[in-house]
Amino acid sequence: MEMTAAEALVKCLEKEQLEVIFGYPGGATLPVHDALHHSSIRHILVRHEQGAVHAADGYARATGRVGVCLATSGPGATNLITGIANAYMDSVPLVLFTGQVPTSQVGTDAFQEVDITGITMPITKHNYLVKDAAQLPRIIKNAFHIASTGRPGPVLIDLPKDVAQTMIEFNYPETVQLRGYKPTYRGHAGKIAEAARLIARSSRPVIYAGGGIINSRASKELLALAETINAPVTNTFMGLSSFPGDHPLFLGMLGLHGTRTANLAVTNCDLLIALGARFDDRVTGKIAEFAPRAGVIHVDIDPAEIGKNVQVHVPIVGDVKMVLQELLPRLEKRSDTRWLEQIEAWKKEHPLRYETGAEELKPQYVIEKLYEITRGDAYVATDVGQHQMWVAQYYRFKRPGGLISSGGLGTMGFGLPAAMGAQIGLPGERVVLVTGDGSIQMTMQELGTIMEQELPIKIIILNNHVLGMVRQLQKVYCEGRYMAVDFKFHPDFETLARAYRIKGYTLRNKEDVDNLLPEALESPGAVLVNCLVSAEENVNPMVLAGKSISEAIDC
Amino acid sequence: MRHTLAVLVENNPGVLARVAGLFSRRGFNIDSLAVGRTENPDVSRMTIVVEGDARVLEQVTKQLHKLVDVIKINDITADEYVDRELVLIKVNVGPAQRGEVMQIADVFRARIVDLGRKTLTLECTGNDGKINAFEESLRPYGIKELVRTGKIAMLRGFKYTGYHDNGTKEDN
Repeated sequence: MEMTAAEALVKCLEKEQLEVIFGYPGGATLPVHDALHHSSIRHILVRHEQGAVHAADGYARATGRVGVCLATSGPGATNLITGIANAYMDSVPLVLFTGQVPTSQVGTDAFQEVDITGITMPITKHNYLVKDAAQLPRIIKNAFHIASTGRPGPVLIDLPKDVAQTMIEFNYPETVQLRGYKPTYRGHAGKIAEAARLIARSSRPVIYAGGGIINSRASKELLALAETINAPVTNTFMGLSSFPGDHPLFLGMLGLHGTRTANLAVTNCDLLIALGARFDDRVTGKIAEFAPRAGVIHVDIDPAEIGKNVQVHVPIVGDVKMVLQELLPRLEKRSDTRWLEQIEAWKKEHPLRYETGAEELKPQYVIEKLYEITRGDAYVATDVGQHQMWVAQYYRFKRPGGLISSGGLGTMGFGLPAAMGAQIGLPGERVVLVTGDGSIQMTMQELGTIMEQELPIKIIILNNHVLGMVRQLQKVYCEGRYMAVDFKFHPDFETLARAYRIKGYTLRNKEDVDNLLPEALESPGAVLVNCLVSAEENVNPMVLAGKSISEAIDC
Repeated sequence: MRHTLAVLVENNPGVLARVAGLFSRRGFNIDSLAVGRTENPDVSRMTIVVEGDARVLEQVTKQLHKLVDVIKINDITADEYVDRELVLIKVNVGPAQRGEVMQIADVFRARIVDLGRKTLTLECTGNDGKINAFEESLRPYGIKELVRTGKIAMLRGFKYTGYHDNGTKEDN
């Protein structure tokens, strides 16, 4: 069938069973937006392209499907960049389409021209500039395949306007042919056997599980592993929600703001079982003193992660779910309790704590209440900063994938659009955004999209009138010389919500939270809850730069 | 230690930028890089000489493999291989010294490819060591201009670094 490449693009997306595309139009996307006219695909018009890419990201994390967005050339494309880098760092499958100036003008500094394939080379898994319209269906097929398989990531397709208008014979390929791209899924049998032997010999094992568990949907296998060998489990930030937060074997998050128990367990273990995690600097602290007495088993789908930061004794390249399925039958039930007794003693000695008797509303209290009301079952999106760490510490996730947050890049402004994408992907689920007064102001134009799409998102602002995480860093590293962290002016967020016809609340103390938070969360539509919390609160414990994670302080 | 990598890549636009960008952003040091077509017009071959210990080399190889356009990587450092580089050198030589320089050229089996009133341009191929020695012996005459291609290399005997579509992405 003959059609324009733009029409073919839409057909390809339909073949990929795409339901929704997040976009913002412009001159260079006219043909593609025009082709979307007659499609069943829902186009969500955002308020800023950064909103589109974060929404696609939130959608992908919540549903496990590929998130797709469409932006115009030049500024449309550059506005995607933060979101692309964000998805790249957190291994989120996205396919991004950008319009481009006509081929004849490429390279001439034409109006709204930017070399987006050049710019995004280091932050995409792969990218394409389409020069031959006939190749477009093959490129789209490849893009979806590359984005969603192996270690997932964003793939960008830059489509010049004249190419989009070229007539082609539509033919969507059934298979992909990429001789340079063959991810390994099955772990090496010999290495898996070696891992089983190491586990049997260890007396103080710790499982260190990251975002790979969520991506490969291996929570069930992780739970089985922990219970079979009776090993405590700690999560990276990205791994949170992959293991039940209320399980007795759960240690909480490790690293910079991890629990003392998790950090002590890792420091003292004799075997570290790293599953879909990448020994990030926020996890390891001083790397020479990270798990210093431990043998290391490292399972990851990305071979380049193995041996990158620490020496590994048993490297296993593969899909963590498949590797665990092979490993589990080789393991014997363990019942040695001495190590677990030690862990229990640490848990008793070093619980997470904050001042519960205070006059002011403590942010941690709000998260504890949120957990209580939602029973750990909500999809919680966050922004970046102190509130994000309090969610990580105090919200005990039950549902794999329940945390939607920017881990690697730490993108303030991610939360609101990501929550939007998650709610669009999961219309029947409860999606809560926990954000800060700094973060929300980076992308709050998307409140308009939320209302337009009638999304019942519950927005909780932990409002301390300060860029709290930076203030905390300045307290610790700059001897309390605070610079550029205090907001002298804020809009009244409740009134602002009302301007968008969103129901607004302002909570000033514990009683307000007890009385109004349940009501706010049960309201049918979108709700914004402005919580005026203690300005001085810090995230504790904290590991200082260059220190071992076993030496956390309270600040 | 210096390693020589034979890297087969898709002959796509931008592939050189992808490889070069990867080296610079990950802080790997390229000693030399030569790229050109192979017996298969869809495939280009890069010969990359890279400096680093075993751990750096492991990362270089693994990160290169992550590029979708990279088909195959072969670290041939430890194997028997033939390597060649080509150099063009323009030397300040008037008629009086031509004879001397031509004798040096003979020793290195270099060729004279251009002759000016005050200059002589020579072409020489060989491995790294030979090219360096050639350069040094011409230095006293005054080198006006020098350009090297970077090294290309090929395994000796029956072994080869070709691409065979057996459905796997291998590195030997």
